[in-house]
Amino acid sequence: MKTKTIKVDTLARVEGEGALYVKIKGDKVMDVKLRIYEPPRFFEALLRGRMYAEAPDITARICGICPVAYQMSTVHAMEQALGVTVGGQLRELRRLLYCGEWIESHTLHVYMLHAPDFLGYPDVMRMAQDYPEIVKRGLQMKKAGNAIVTFLGGREIHPINVKVGGFYKVPRKQEFEQLAEKLKWGREAALETVRWTAQLPFPDFEQDYEFVALRTWQHPAEYPFNEGRIVSNKGLDIPVQAYEEHFAEEHVAHSNALHSVLKERGAYFVGPLARYNLNFERLSSLAQETARAAGLGPVCRNPFQSIIVRSVEILYAFDEALRIIEGYEMPDQPAVEYSLHAGTGSACTEAPRGILYHRYRLSDEGLILDAKIVPPTSQNQKIIESDLRHYVEKAIDLSEERLTWECEQAIRNYDPCISCATHFLKLHIERE
Amino acid sequence: MPTISPPILLIGIGNEYCSDDGAGLAVCRALKTKGFPGALVIECECDGTVLMEIWKNAKRVILIDAVSSGARPGAIYRFDVHKEHIPLSFSFQSTHAFGVAEAIGLARVLEQLPPYLIIYAIEGKNFSSGKGLSLEVEKAVQQIVELVMSEVQGAQIPAGATWPQ
Repeated sequence: MKTKTIKVDTLARVEGEGALYVKIKGDKVMDVKLRIYEPPRFFEALLRGRMYAEAPDITARICGICPVAYQMSTVHAMEQALGVTVGGQLRELRRLLYCGEWIESHTLHVYMLHAPDFLGYPDVMRMAQDYPEIVKRGLQMKKAGNAIVTFLGGREIHPINVKVGGFYKVPRKQEFEQLAEKLKWGREAALETVRWTAQLPFPDFEQDYEFVALRTWQHPAEYPFNEGRIVSNKGLDIPVQAYEEHFAEEHVAHSNALHSVLKERGAYFVGPLARYNLNFERLSSLAQETARAAGLGPVCRNPFQSIIVRSVEILYAFDEALRIIEGYEMPDQPAVEYSLHAGTGSACTEAPRGILYHRYRLSDEGLILDAKIVPPTSQNQKIIESDLRHYVEKAIDLSEERLTWECEQAIRNYDPCISCATHFLKLHIERE
Repeated sequence: MPTISPPILLIGIGNEYCSDDGAGLAVCRALKTKGFPGALVIECECDGTVLMEIWKNAKRVILIDAVSSGARPGAIYRFDVHKEHIPLSFSFQSTHAFGVAEAIGLARVLEQLPPYLIIYAIEGKNFSSGKGLSLEVEKAVQQIVELVMSEVQGAQIPAGATWPQ
């Protein structure tokens, strides 16, 4: 019996990040161990003892790619603790800010990281030699997303304009004119992106996933960003405040990471595919029509096709951003007023990679007594392992080089937050 | 972020919450404290595509970043991007896959590299979550500040030189 071991190491000096180990015996996968992400325990500790109002700027530092997601989960959890409701145009501006982040993050992933896998290039540099105009289009689209975040967030990286209750400053309607022109171009480019990604070659691969995403009943026409109940395609339907009753983080022996599971049910799937499958009819008409024209139905179970779904979400984000700008009226106040008191609050928002859960316990004076943060990559790790186990078994006859390539591509289906771990993979394959 | 065209653009890259990955930012802060006429100093905690946008119209750019190559912590490297290739053993730290090396590689293909682009790299010791630099890296930061100031003031520094030996 032949035994083959695929071992992937990455930046050796970055502890707790990036390793893949697959052991194959004959035509069976004996073991899969993935270690790609360490949860933000340092930040949870850093937050304890700080004032609640400092939290949005601190949590924004957790990720250079999705600071808005961290800020949004933070402020919504604080507002839940304090009994604050942010509605009307302030709520719309928060959705607009999130549109910017989805565009930035998804475009980076689709064009710079994932597309080269499908087209047979080791990286985007090599892809750009053959497809310079396509890569330039991706860069330009990402820039349009950056423009939203800079405009509303006050800064491109780690926005500083977000606060509990709303914003420090809100724009006047006429200030949106220049931005709107960029977004109109971006919407056309996003249409092209969906058509382009739909033509890529996809392996035939599906599993019986439990998809988990937000879905809001109070705003039945909305694709989710900042609120909703946590629902799944297998009957889960809970308020965000019941998250910890239904989900658990398990210590994994081979990793510093924690793997999230649905209690008594196991692995689940968060991110674009989950959102799409649970909210298809809430996409804009343009996004729905474009998805259908690209050959996607209202449900997509092939994680390799997440590149198309991400592109549909980019299109939706441009479309939604323009809808918000067209209907915008400057609010009287940039933030709602509230008073401090002790309390516990939690919130989930839809980060580009899936639901991002935050919980805070505050003292009467607004000091953070306790913080808990569960990022989407923690939640997807178990399902990525499961994908690899099933995928490798199907592709067991491929050459080692090809199998390695496809394992990396399968990990990238989830756009894991420490993408560098999957980008600088070094594989050692042993055979018996 | 606006496109910038100062006489010289100094960009420090990193994440101050990942220990030595904050080295590039620390160099920037030290340079700002000293005052640096004729140069624009930017701290960048961004991905590589944003970097390409920042340097788009700049003629002379110096990047400062932490690196993990297996060398002695605190080692300093200087590369002239138009004259040398960055060794494959170099991993510029990045929370996402599209970092400094990718930005340089892609900009080279798309002919968007600034005409003069120098990289100063500091070998880090510890890139785990946390604030504060290792002692070796702290010392290297001070040395790089002097080297960058000399460079900007016109001192001739040989390409590819490594300090301290």
